[in-house]
Amino acid sequence: MIINHPLLGPRDSQEFTYLGDAGLIERPDWQAEDAADAFYEYLYLRDNPAGLHKELWYHEQGDRSWLVVTRNISSHEIISVELARDVARQKGRSK
Amino acid sequence: MRYSGFRVIKEALTGHKGWTPAWRDPEPQSQYDIVVIGGGGHGLATAYYLAKEFNQKRIAVIEKGWIGSGNVGRNTTIIRSNYLLDGNEPFYEFSMKLWEGLEQDFNFNAMVSQRGVLNLCHSDAQRDAMTRRGNAMRLNGVDAELLDAEGVRKMAPFLNFDNARFPIKGGLLQPRGGTVRHDAVAWGYARGADSRGVDILQNCEVTGFRIENGKCLGVETSRGFIGAKKVGCAVAGSSGKVMSFAGMRLPIESHVLQAFVSEGLKPILPGVITYGAGHFYVSQSDKGGLVFGGDIDGYNSYAQRGNLPVVEDVCEGGMSLMPMIGRARLLRMWGGIMDMSMDGSPIIDRTGIDGLYFNGGWCYGGFKATPASGWCFAHLLATDAPHPTATAYRFDRFRKGLMIDEKGMGAQPNLH
Repeated sequence: MIINHPLLGPRDSQEFTYLGDAGLIERPDWQAEDAADAFYEYLYLRDNPAGLHKELWYHEQGDRSWLVVTRNISSHEIISVELARDVARQKGRSK
Repeated sequence: MRYSGFRVIKEALTGHKGWTPAWRDPEPQSQYDIVVIGGGGHGLATAYYLAKEFNQKRIAVIEKGWIGSGNVGRNTTIIRSNYLLDGNEPFYEFSMKLWEGLEQDFNFNAMVSQRGVLNLCHSDAQRDAMTRRGNAMRLNGVDAELLDAEGVRKMAPFLNFDNARFPIKGGLLQPRGGTVRHDAVAWGYARGADSRGVDILQNCEVTGFRIENGKCLGVETSRGFIGAKKVGCAVAGSSGKVMSFAGMRLPIESHVLQAFVSEGLKPILPGVITYGAGHFYVSQSDKGGLVFGGDIDGYNSYAQRGNLPVVEDVCEGGMSLMPMIGRARLLRMWGGIMDMSMDGSPIIDRTGIDGLYFNGGWCYGGFKATPASGWCFAHLLATDAPHPTATAYRFDRFRKGLMIDEKGMGAQPNLH
């Protein structure tokens, strides 16, 4: 697979390591009342859809940025690639 | 019809006119007592043991394609029970014992061949870990032998013993491990289940569950609604997709694993050999092809095919371990979808929905578990209580911190 890095252009997916569902960006509030349940769901449960999947890739052999890749996991077709930083900021995170 | 040597001779002398299809192709009924989703090894074994061991009636197996079209026909056919942890080892040994009696039990030649499984070690630390694993196996009554380098050399002199980086220091041998003709497992269970009245419904895809007031009343399928008092789901890589119809999120990701077969060669491998310094396992089929595999590709996938970097990685592992295979040509390769769980161990449990049961999370180790998985799932479906060897395979072990993490990788499914 070729991942079209927003800063570096098309890169071989072998340069990256894979973490999983991009929902992992949204870490629950550890001080919330329901933190135990929220962290259980955050850490262990996955949507695992048979279609479009937003996922985190880390450019370990490159510029070490985290990317959010939207990929059709039934065909391996990559739909879009964004910097995870930008995605997190859009969700109101500071970084 | 019972198969036997006598029968083969009789049919040979009478023009093979007496053979009948090994299972029926029935129309779905509107209501069953138990419906098992998934006509793979685990689903068919579940139906077989439900009918045979737990005296259940009115059972159906629902399969979206043809039986055995999924992972039971795509694996590398290895059976073993060389696990470390208490939650796993008794279960896999139960499975091994069932393998040993399977062919007599279901009257089908599954070519169960206990040719031995040898895991190699390449450092002192790895040998210590194998000593520990072997001891854990023996404490559970399982056969395990620790071999030194000379012992390995006697079994497999062709290995690359003096590799500068990864010399072979020894290995852990399970003599009772081996290989089984994988398709025949599906066919044998299907035939055994069918002859006990189980309806095997092929080309029947589940499209939803009918759930009212927290109780599962049956499944919606491409061939209409099928009612059931109890529904068991055993669909391996499609677990996430099917259980989402019931509104469930699982501690499972689907990943693709590739497997490979070389051209046919004269007998060179005595049994199953696994490389301890890379991820590579190999055995030789009775047709002569080297059957081998390695790591999963490492990213979520429902496509039953992988990518080339893993092909290269697996072949490098093979060349590093046994350089003699360098001239052998790769004949075929394929991919299957693995239900990778968060701790690398499976789940056989009730769900939060009455009458809906789940069997999955087998990662890429489901084939060896087929008989015990079927038996334990049948036990759960028939009695509503877990089988004694499968009590640890619960959904709530993640919430409670009772993971069964053989590799110690944590909640990172692509690393198990």
